[in-house]
Amino acid sequence: MSEQYGAAPLRPFRLLAVLSLPFVLSACDSPLLFPGGDIAARQRDMLLIATGLMLIIIIPVIFMSLYFPWRYRATSKTADYDAEWDHSTKLELVIWTVPLLIIICLGAVTWVGTHLLDPFRPLDKITTSDSVKLDEDPLEVQVVALNWKWLFIYPQYGVASVNELAAPVNRPIRFDLTAESVMNAFYIPTLAGMIYSMPGMETKLHAVMNETGVYDGIASHYNGAGFSDMQFKFYSQKDGDFDAWIQNLKDSGQALDTDSYLDLAKPSEAVPVEYFSSVDPDLYKRILGMCVNPGKLCMQQIMMINAGKAEPGKDVTIDQLKYKTYDLDAFGHGEVDGKGQAGDEPQGATAPATGREPHSDTAKSDGDATGDDSVAPPQLNND
Amino acid sequence: MLGNTDLTRLIFGRLTLDSIPYHEPILIGTFAVVAIGGLALLGALTYFKLWGYLWNEWFTSVDHKKIGIMYMVLAIVMLLRGFADALMMRAQQAIAFNGSEGFLPAHHYDQVFSAHGVIMIFFVAMPLIVGVMNIVVPLQIGARDVAFPFLNNFSFWMTAGGVIIVMLSLFIGEFARTGWLAFPPLADAANSPGVGVDYYIWGLQIAGVGTLLSGVNFLVTIIKMRAPGMTMMRMPIFTWTALCTNILIVASFPVLTAVLALLSLDRYVGTHFFTNDLGGNSMMYFNLIWIWGHPEVYILILPCFGIYSEVTATFSGKRLFGYTSMVYATVVITILAYLVWLHHFFTMGNGASVNSFFGITTMIISIPTGAKIFNWLFTMYRGRVRFELPIMWTIAFLVTFTLGGMTGVLLAVPPVDFVTHNSLFLVAHFHNVIIGGVLFGMFAGINYWFPKAFGFKLDRFWGTVSFWFWVVGFYFAFMPLYVLGLMGVTRRLRVFHDPSLHIWFIIAAFGAALIACGIAAFLVQIFVSIRNREALADTTGDPWDGRTLEWATSSPPPHYNFAFTPVVHGLDTYADMKKRGFERPMEGFKPIHMPKNTGAGVVIAALATICGFALIWYIWWLAAISFVGIIVATIWHTFNYNRDYYIPADEVAASERAFANAVAARS
Repeated sequence: MSEQYGAAPLRPFRLLAVLSLPFVLSACDSPLLFPGGDIAARQRDMLLIATGLMLIIIIPVIFMSLYFPWRYRATSKTADYDAEWDHSTKLELVIWTVPLLIIICLGAVTWVGTHLLDPFRPLDKITTSDSVKLDEDPLEVQVVALNWKWLFIYPQYGVASVNELAAPVNRPIRFDLTAESVMNAFYIPTLAGMIYSMPGMETKLHAVMNETGVYDGIASHYNGAGFSDMQFKFYSQKDGDFDAWIQNLKDSGQALDTDSYLDLAKPSEAVPVEYFSSVDPDLYKRILGMCVNPGKLCMQQIMMINAGKAEPGKDVTIDQLKYKTYDLDAFGHGEVDGKGQAGDEPQGATAPATGREPHSDTAKSDGDATGDDSVAPPQLNND
Repeated sequence: MLGNTDLTRLIFGRLTLDSIPYHEPILIGTFAVVAIGGLALLGALTYFKLWGYLWNEWFTSVDHKKIGIMYMVLAIVMLLRGFADALMMRAQQAIAFNGSEGFLPAHHYDQVFSAHGVIMIFFVAMPLIVGVMNIVVPLQIGARDVAFPFLNNFSFWMTAGGVIIVMLSLFIGEFARTGWLAFPPLADAANSPGVGVDYYIWGLQIAGVGTLLSGVNFLVTIIKMRAPGMTMMRMPIFTWTALCTNILIVASFPVLTAVLALLSLDRYVGTHFFTNDLGGNSMMYFNLIWIWGHPEVYILILPCFGIYSEVTATFSGKRLFGYTSMVYATVVITILAYLVWLHHFFTMGNGASVNSFFGITTMIISIPTGAKIFNWLFTMYRGRVRFELPIMWTIAFLVTFTLGGMTGVLLAVPPVDFVTHNSLFLVAHFHNVIIGGVLFGMFAGINYWFPKAFGFKLDRFWGTVSFWFWVVGFYFAFMPLYVLGLMGVTRRLRVFHDPSLHIWFIIAAFGAALIACGIAAFLVQIFVSIRNREALADTTGDPWDGRTLEWATSSPPPHYNFAFTPVVHGLDTYADMKKRGFERPMEGFKPIHMPKNTGAGVVIAALATICGFALIWYIWWLAAISFVGIIVATIWHTFNYNRDYYIPADEVAASERAFANAVAARS
């Protein structure tokens, strides 16, 4: 009897609950609201604090926006009307100071939060939970955004992977990020906020995962035709599993050296996972210096010269300073045949102003320009 | 192909038959529709012998009211184009699940979202703003016309030239595939050597000249041409916001022109401002374009704030609450607009102190904006709110914009921005404020001032239908994007792999369909109103019991706006005049000195458009000739001394008497 009594009024709500189930479930999927990493969790907290602070004023405003026009509608017989009432010092004081006070609170929270959650700032006790092993060396990952795939180099282990990232749970991670040719953003929503990765420049991101699992990582800054498929899986693993994963990379038997990197750097879309058992130790530095191509002068060297700390050398030519690029306009025209088609020259591709070599020449080596084997300046190899 | 490729290259640059996208069925279909529609239109114009009328009465007109109407027509046409892009994106994202590639390859899809942004901002929102300012500002300040009537005509045609360039990219070559701000290094010559980015650059440069010049024009008009007695603190609030907007235009559009010029130098002559190598720095482009880009959003929203102020006061039958604080809020926003640009790239690796500074300045803008919202609310308080269409749009704005403002402040908190930047949360936010703020404002303004511009009101039924479709459609289309953004989905994606996202994209597509109905209902509203114009006619010149000067003259106003320049004694001039029982003077008319129409604006803008097209396709000889043509035509125009005339006093007297009789017959 009691069941009958209780069920009837709830029936419409039950229907509503069933209908809204997929929505509620998908909201629980939200890596922003239920993240697995401490940094993302603190960023989520900021989101909630800021929302809460603003609702203090947003809710009354929305209520008044609907109530006032209805209450003072022209057809109302009871509402008072005062055509001349256009000023009230008290009210003005309230409508300027209440938002001001809220913004002062929010501004203070913002100042502190922005500094604590600065991606360049190493993790410490304030920003992480107790389970994080702050005494361990952080895992170093060098991230290179290529067109259109992610290259992850693990300098501590001398291995690398494409479109797959792994890290031991609770161990701090330090990402050093750069890009090959265009701007990108590196984003694992469950781990931490995004950070741009840019050619010839380095950004950093410090983060940690507190749960094991497989998560999505994405490119979050539009970068051309292969953008949608520039994704990777991020494995947050127990220490043993991570060691096994590293061993797996070591067993792959593929080396990442100058040639294989240049091959990898050619634009390609929807690239499958790839492993490298060894990595040229100064490869990342040369990618950052935009001088992987033999014979190019590294950015670091150029900066030394500009700062007057190094001699330019006798034979520096403009070609050594120019960076090799690919015509990204040639991609995205339809079916992708695996390696991406850089088919016909598009209109104007060999425009004189671009100074770009025609496609047929891109494989041509332009070494021997300086006869110097060490592409990185000697000063920079010391560290 | 022709055997003599060097000669072909010399004549046609890089334009070849392959540049016509005849392999794209969607584009060919569009082209067929445009071609047939265009031919029908041209045929009809010829058949009804309307060319002379159009040329003499409209194209060459220097009358601010007619130029304003041309801006509005241009904007509404481009709204259809920009919205077609939006529908394609929504459809693609709703389809491209479960392994489906959707119906747009990346090459096409990337052009669509780039064009959508460019068109909606530059060729819909901007012409709407400039159009409304054209129609209203001179009337509100009691002026005959703007300060530089010829420049006004020229500005319009330069905007139209930009539109033509962007529309041409649909059928000849391609548009940029770089997003609406064409960030290098993706947009530089090395990575995007095709014509797309060049279409982008020249479309915006040509239209940008028009915008900048009309900014100068309105600035001078408002500063120098106010009716006697109208001190700064007696200006109607819409004029105030127009003044601030034009200050923003004059100060920020040169930055856009400069940054696009630098990008074109990179692309055309091989300089290295924004390239990766040889000392270029693409981060500089991000900074420069946003130093223009952020003030740009205030350029769009401030005049709409002005519209809401006028509408709220008029339809509440009450003086605007807190005029002074409204003015100061506007000025504060104008200044702060220049101190926030960095919030568009918190994630580019700036230091924490820099990010906090720009985050907090951004939040501070919400204080004057909040004050404005309270002022509108307290204007309705103790008022008599008549639920006509303009105030309905205003109420929808108050609710929607408040929500969008809240998510905007969220995005201004750098740690929050790190997780929501470039996401659909961001996309939802800026549509929330641009649709909920700018577009709703424009619909309020169109419904409010349409009777002034044309002499009859807009149909209320179809306006209400359009209103509800738009508002409900907006919430269906963009609330799902907030959810998706919180699920970590970023913008500009073409295909999706996570099936749990699908339902949200379907809801968003449904919302877009509702908005399509809203647009259709708006077009029906105009059509029905034209058909019923006799019944909807406004003979009094003051259909809403208005408070400002534009309602003191007839609808549509005569060429000369006011037979006698009004004298202003306070705020809400016309409400004050009506209260004191003012009577229209019926004698003592004098001949009125007016500017003459000229075709120079059309000619110079056409030459500029040709020059842009030639530069895009490397047709150097044509670029050179048309560039010389621009200079020659400009100089030639300065020797045209036949540029003014007098409207005889009799004619003025006749039209004033006709108006007085119409008013008398009505009452």
